[in-house]
Amino acid sequence: MSPIRSSFVVTLAAVAAFALAGCGERPQVVTYKQGTYQGKADTPPWSGAQWGGNKQQWDEAIHQRNQAQNEYKRIGG
Amino acid sequence: MARMKFLCDAERCIACNGCVTACKQENDVPWGVNRRRVVTMNVGVPGERSISVACMHCSDAPCMAVCPVDCFYHTEEGVVLHDKDLCIGCGYCFYACPFGAPQFPQTGAFGVRGKMDKCTFCAGGPEPDGSEAEFKKYGRNRLSEGKLPACAEMCSTKALLGGDGETIADIYRDRVLRRGKGAEVWGWATAYKLPPAGAKPPAANGGTKS
Repeated sequence: MSPIRSSFVVTLAAVAAFALAGCGERPQVVTYKQGTYQGKADTPPWSGAQWGGNKQQWDEAIHQRNQAQNEYKRIGG
Repeated sequence: MARMKFLCDAERCIACNGCVTACKQENDVPWGVNRRRVVTMNVGVPGERSISVACMHCSDAPCMAVCPVDCFYHTEEGVVLHDKDLCIGCGYCFYACPFGAPQFPQTGAFGVRGKMDKCTFCAGGPEPDGSEAEFKKYGRNRLSEGKLPACAEMCSTKALLGGDGETIADIYRDRVLRRGKGAEVWGWATAYKLPPAGAKPPAANGGTKS
């Protein structure tokens, strides 16, 4: 086999392999398991930079905010 | 542990739709999607009542039970959220929900019905807290900022209470004790029940001046 012909065969094989790679199949759907959350994980609200994971501090802030909804406390009963 | 709930005092709600507007504005909710709405019963009849309705973040949520792709989850604080990347917009949750909370945009990848959208208790969704992706998909994450849902905090008559279930139940209980009446209350004078001049209000749990 001449060097030109053999390099042509190698190139052709490489192109064919590359083209066939596009036919590869990978799962495109989620495997569902009934009754369990299948989506992305979420982070708790106190995990951000503002609270730095301090849940107690976040709880206190929410409690303060809650009390602001009690107008008897806000404006005095 | 806080267990987030909404409570609407029907004796106080004046159907101003401030909660609806606050929700729309805060979460940039598109036209046709109403995460919150005000329902009035017996319109024009003495004794008519209004109530603000949205997702009630059920402890045993029926939407969660019927979802064929299991895209719902409960957060540690008891908020029911869902992953829009997983939702297929089938609408089962809409049929299961007793409050009509799940909403479906009329445009999107699914033609006439897009991925479900609902009240998130202003807690965002499964994207990094405060990120643009979270805001675009789910709206603002006020809980991660130490704030409560915009609808409840904006309510002018404080009919709509939102937050830790125990705390808002205490606030409501205190209120009912002060006005001295239960569900038969109707009208401004009784709903707010200001004590007569010189009289001291009844001592109630959490009702003291601060």
